[in-house]
Amino acid sequence: MAQRPKDNLAPLHLHVPEPKFRPGDKPDFSDVFVPPVDVIARPDEAVIPADIHNLAYGLVRVLGDDNEATGSWNPGLDADKLRLMLRKMLTLRAFDDRMFRAQRQGKTSFYMKSYGEEATSVATTMALQRDDMCFPSYRQQGILVTRDYPLIEMMNQIYSNRGDKLKGRQLPIMYSAKDYGFFSVSGNLTTQYPQAVGWAMASASRGDTRIAAVWCGDGSTAEGDFHSALTFAAVYNAPVIFQVVNNQWAISSFSGFAGSERTTFAARAIGYGIAGLRVDGNDVLAVYAAMEWAANRARTNNGPTLIEYFTYRGEGHSTSDDPNAYRPAEEYAEWPLGDPVDRLKAHLIALGEWDEERHLALATELSDEVKAIQKEAEKNGILGHGLHHSFETMFEDVFEDMPWHLKEQCEQVLEEQRDKFGSEWKAQ
Amino acid sequence: MSDTPTKTMNMIEAINSAMDVMLTRDPEVVVLGEDVGYFGGVFRATAGLQKKHGKTRVFDTPITECGIIGVGVGMAAYGLRPVPEIQFADYIYPGLDQLVSEAARMRYRSAGDFICPMTVRSPFGGGIFGGQTHSQSPESLFTHICGIKTVIPATPYDAKGLLIAAIEDNDPVVFFEPKRIYNGPFTGYYDRPVEPWSKHEGSAVPEGHYRIELGKASVVREGQAVTVLTYGTMVHVVKAVVEEHGIDAEIIDLRTLLPLDIETIEASVKKTGRCMVVHEATRTSGFGAELAAQVQERCFFHLEAPIERVTGFDTPYPHSLEWAYFPGPVRLARAFDKIMKDPS
Repeated sequence: MAQRPKDNLAPLHLHVPEPKFRPGDKPDFSDVFVPPVDVIARPDEAVIPADIHNLAYGLVRVLGDDNEATGSWNPGLDADKLRLMLRKMLTLRAFDDRMFRAQRQGKTSFYMKSYGEEATSVATTMALQRDDMCFPSYRQQGILVTRDYPLIEMMNQIYSNRGDKLKGRQLPIMYSAKDYGFFSVSGNLTTQYPQAVGWAMASASRGDTRIAAVWCGDGSTAEGDFHSALTFAAVYNAPVIFQVVNNQWAISSFSGFAGSERTTFAARAIGYGIAGLRVDGNDVLAVYAAMEWAANRARTNNGPTLIEYFTYRGEGHSTSDDPNAYRPAEEYAEWPLGDPVDRLKAHLIALGEWDEERHLALATELSDEVKAIQKEAEKNGILGHGLHHSFETMFEDVFEDMPWHLKEQCEQVLEEQRDKFGSEWKAQ
Repeated sequence: MSDTPTKTMNMIEAINSAMDVMLTRDPEVVVLGEDVGYFGGVFRATAGLQKKHGKTRVFDTPITECGIIGVGVGMAAYGLRPVPEIQFADYIYPGLDQLVSEAARMRYRSAGDFICPMTVRSPFGGGIFGGQTHSQSPESLFTHICGIKTVIPATPYDAKGLLIAAIEDNDPVVFFEPKRIYNGPFTGYYDRPVEPWSKHEGSAVPEGHYRIELGKASVVREGQAVTVLTYGTMVHVVKAVVEEHGIDAEIIDLRTLLPLDIETIEASVKKTGRCMVVHEATRTSGFGAELAAQVQERCFFHLEAPIERVTGFDTPYPHSLEWAYFPGPVRLARAFDKIMKDPS
């Protein structure tokens, strides 16, 4: 019911955020703040967070418009390492393309690409130690690719087939790989944040040397878990690196619904007394440098860091999403921070360490490799085509030992299968 | 059973002793929660533990249940055995997602790659003039979540043995402590003086390590006329009423709600032919509903009367009318009258 305003007071207005451009609009990013390289110099890793508030509002960049790497944040990686980074990102891109297509071909239920934000999982992982623990959200398959997790295992999981180490229980892409320092992916957003802090606190309390790194998106910084985690990390000075992949879109909701009209995501760190860095997320060297800085800081007991990677979600949220329904299709091409793969490629070429021919050859080689692995994975089955794990596995791992009520229910499902397929049917 | 000498303990002392024993035996055990460190907990359950075991083993936390349980999940993933305390069961809801979607699913969703051997302790139940935010009994919510064990002790002896078993269990356990009986076995006669635990046989507690297997009920009183399924504070209330009215009831203290000891329940109901389920929690969709369903599925042709439910009412826990809300001696006596009179 409408309330009449009091005579002498102006009526209140509710602000509901609206993105600048909708389908049909011509995107114009001329107001996006892209500072030159090295506006704010790299501070010492032991710096007091209160002394670097400007880094939470700036944008750490290494690769300039001239494709050269310069400035105090330049991590000084050699050409072999840069080529390895390029290889990992191209592998990830080839993998994403094949799996997206597999979903469209009806071979699985769901897929999520990381197109446009590959640097935030590949470069970060390369800056960590191999045994540091990663707590990913759902779009960091680049961690596994970078740590040489077998692609066939990822595909088996995506197909929920009989080779799937997770026994077909999880939605595609929700991998788990403890031996690769990759925590089980949850579908519930930002739950991994306090978990990463707990892991890091455990590591610190044991006098271990390993640190934890955790990722979430811009939209999910609104979850309570995010704020619980930052509070805990600040209180116990936990060796953890918080990362916000600000790809600007949470399904159809632009980052304004997570508060980006008011401040940056990196600035969330300030209220907690945590170091905050805002980074060009499509600049692999800046991403690497920021993670290296934060990792050194954590490993020397100087506490947690929150890094925001400013990037853009180049594709839909998932195979279940059509971004053309809510944003202009040209946005990615117009996006002023470019594409992370293209920028690294241009840098390598500018160094004289790469060329178009080699790039094309590498992309083709990786695409063929992924295709061949896919063929192998499909021998283990695709979703819905019978080659799944046995029915009993539905009841296993709810508890370490199966209680009586699950044994009863397990027997029931087997009887149902016998009813369905006849008395000759046998449990696999 | 433990070979160590026994000592007379109240419930708080027994719970404290369980954590002390586990902190001493297993370097992976850590205790965390609001006010549990230097101060020793608002109910004193962790008194002295920080001083004895150090600040990295027993420590205070920020006031965020989501954080406390979420951090516990991460510590468990690292390889620790966290024992977080949620100060009142009424405060557990901000941590519910971390329990339901994370702790309870970790083994399943990762096919055993990660597990969550975490025991969440929390005082629950009313009868202490705690009003609607310090009196709730939310146990049925947790029995509805697959992947969590729900344990509720009713004596100091059971509390210690069950808590040790819970901490040693490789799955997440929610351990609800009936705070009304922390200091004595409350009988429901709130206008009479409360007996101390020292007069109850359940207060003889071994000082060392012993376990009571999870999923095993205890027949606290044998009888032939009616089976009463209950747990926590209500075990003592039912016992007092039964004795006062001379009812030949068999009282089963479930001790673990999930996994449920169905064999003990089934054998008893088949013997007595009548079944009453009693809990302090609200009635609708309470754990009594599950018990009634289990009993009718298994014992229908042995029942001589409808299963009777005695519970709290479907209202928030009131402050001034606490004793009108509580399923005390009057409500129980009426239910016994009804179930014993029902024609067979």
